Amino acid sequence: MQAYTEKIREAAKRLLAEKKVDGVIGFRKGTMPFMNEPFMAKTPEQADLLVWDGNCGINLANYLPKRTDKIAIVAKGCDSRNISIQILENQIKREQLHILGAPCKGMTDKRKIQDELDGKEILQAEEAGDKVKVSGRDFEKTFNRSEYLQENCAICIHRNPVISDEMLGEPVQEQQVERYEDIKQIEAMLPEEKRKHFDELIEPCIRCYACRSACPACYCPTCFVDESKPQWVGKTTDPTDTRTFHFLRAFHVAGRCSDCGACERSCPVGIKVREFTKKLEKEVKELYGYEAGMVQDLRPPLDVYRPDDPEPFL
Amino acid sequence: MSEMFIAKGDFPAIIERLMSRYRVYAPVKNGRHYEFAALKEAGAADLGFKNTRMSPKAIFYPQAERMFEYSLAKDDPEVNIVKETPKDFSPQVVLGIRPCDAKAFRLDDANFCSDKFKDPWWAQRRESTTLIGFACNSPSSTCFCTSVNTGPFDTTGLDAMLVDTGDGYALQVITEKGKNVLGILELKPAPAQVAGKVEELKASAEKSVATAFDPPAIAQQGTLDIFNAPIWDEIHFACLNCGTCTFMCPTCWCFDIQDEVQEGTKGDRLRLWDSCMFSLFTFHGSGHNPRSQKVQRVRQRFMHKLKYYQDKYGTGTACVGCGRCVQACPVNIDIRQVGRLMGSGCSCPA
Ligand code: SF4
Ligand code: SF4
Ligand code: SF4
Ligand code: SF4
Repeated sequence: MQAYTEKIREAAKRLLAEKKVDGVIGFRKGTMPFMNEPFMAKTPEQADLLVWDGNCGINLANYLPKRTDKIAIVAKGCDSRNISIQILENQIKREQLHILGAPCKGMTDKRKIQDELDGKEILQAEEAGDKVKVSGRDFEKTFNRSEYLQENCAICIHRNPVISDEMLGEPVQEQQVERYEDIKQIEAMLPEEKRKHFDELIEPCIRCYACRSACPACYCPTCFVDESKPQWVGKTTDPTDTRTFHFLRAFHVAGRCSDCGACERSCPVGIKVREFTKKLEKEVKELYGYEAGMVQDLRPPLDVYRPDDPEPFL
Repeated sequence: MSEMFIAKGDFPAIIERLMSRYRVYAPVKNGRHYEFAALKEAGAADLGFKNTRMSPKAIFYPQAERMFEYSLAKDDPEVNIVKETPKDFSPQVVLGIRPCDAKAFRLDDANFCSDKFKDPWWAQRRESTTLIGFACNSPSSTCFCTSVNTGPFDTTGLDAMLVDTGDGYALQVITEKGKNVLGILELKPAPAQVAGKVEELKASAEKSVATAFDPPAIAQQGTLDIFNAPIWDEIHFACLNCGTCTFMCPTCWCFDIQDEVQEGTKGDRLRLWDSCMFSLFTFHGSGHNPRSQKVQRVRQRFMHKLKYYQDKYGTGTACVGCGRCVQACPVNIDIRQVGRLMGSGCSCPA
């Protein structure tokens, strides 16, 4: 995937020089191991700062809603699905976009790698193909990236972009995996076990809203948690308030979530927030046969009404 | 400043002695991270940490605090009378706090506990709390305390400080308060060679902290020059305007006050952490929002920490270089880089 770096720079320089776009949204190298920073190159010179590797897990579609300029954007499979949802929902126009499609082999989960290092601080991480070599003051260790992917990437079945204007590489093989093992385990719990499970899951939540803010489907001009006249949701970290936030957010992205994992990746206290969104993703798929952003002009099932909508829950 | 010594084997018993008199907070491992927690058993304290994920500010300033309560029951003779919610100010010890975090409380005092204004709860908790610090022998790569007027062995905000010397902890008593608390422990004076060892550890720790940026260079520039500089466009782009950086930060003190009301029964007046990153933070009742744009909010956070605070108090930045925001920002916005840009006469690299 690192090979995309050169292609992204080349495309960015060309598009900027020809004035086809006003900016190119991608990543620049971060200041920390396993981190890159979302970045918009506005000049051909800045295009040389653009990079691509396994640390591009933030969903760049998040930077599109309400833009009025012409933008080139690098899009993995998941980003592209969120872009198509945003187009459907009038957040951005297709003709404003030049999509650089990035067939994806998954993003590295730095937490999983850190777990193997007995608290030692990673000072450097160098990626080469599927290998990533991490080193610190008194250690060096090499990992196979494919064994340390973000959980959503490990079970991703749509790694190739669904819309693009040019592709940065050949399509990658799609995975055949069971996506919902964890969800099925929770479904099998007794109600009181479920309650305990979810209460423990969100107990560390600090209500920072990084999960929401990183989500390309969470672009409401005023999020329900920010409604103040009247206020909808309590702001404390009491379980009731925190639950309300998570449940409502999950429902609001039902059928619109691509399982890009940006929310989970962003959470500073490591909460597996995708347990909520994935359950609803599963429901929407089972009830409506719908997967977010896969078909260009098909609206998410929860924002349309059809007389023959399934309603087994009524 | 007297030096004492605790052999590692004796440490749990020492914590227990403290626990018999005080509520003792110490770093405790919880999943992947450490956090300060009121100890239930001495063995839970774990000094094998670099720093806690969240700063310990919640000990003085909880994320959600019930300040007042009132009855709304019509038949209650005390209906509509606002009363202070009872709070616990019993004496407590924070054991293992890092020097940067203790210094941060000093900076926060400028807001909560000055000659002019005293936040009663912050002030009483500060008063009833003894801070026994823990020097950093091996600071993280994200630490930059020495750039912002503190350091891995800085005792400024502490009542006493532990230094890990390998087989035990050297304990320096710094204030009267520290002396009183530690007096109950009947500790032995440190053997002669310990002082030299502590000096060595201090020198090597200080040397290992990289210089991040130069606060005086930021102080010397015109406030409006930095405010209007073109740097913010590039700095703000990635920011999500989440609350991660501000909630973790030991010197972010902003709050919101809200009433939670149960119609006809009772109400609570709450004080809640707020964040300058949230657009609601400056949203006026009129509907106007002076910081409606992301770029304004991002600029505010850095200007407050690195410029306005310096301008107003003349005591350096409102950042102690703990590096939490650097580590936790989901999009890698790095205050060290922003500080460099703010101090560099505002020319953007590349
Ligand atoms: S809810 Fe999470 S996984 Fe779903 S689209 Fe939003 S950020 Fe991605
Ligand atoms: S990012 Fe994590 S801590 Fe922040 S609101 Fe979301 S779940 Fe809670
Ligand atoms: S700087 Fe980082 S942590 Fe802070 S609000 Fe922006 S994205 Fe969140
Ligand atoms: S701004 Fe960042 S580095 Fe500075 S004190 Fe706050 S969290 Fe620590």
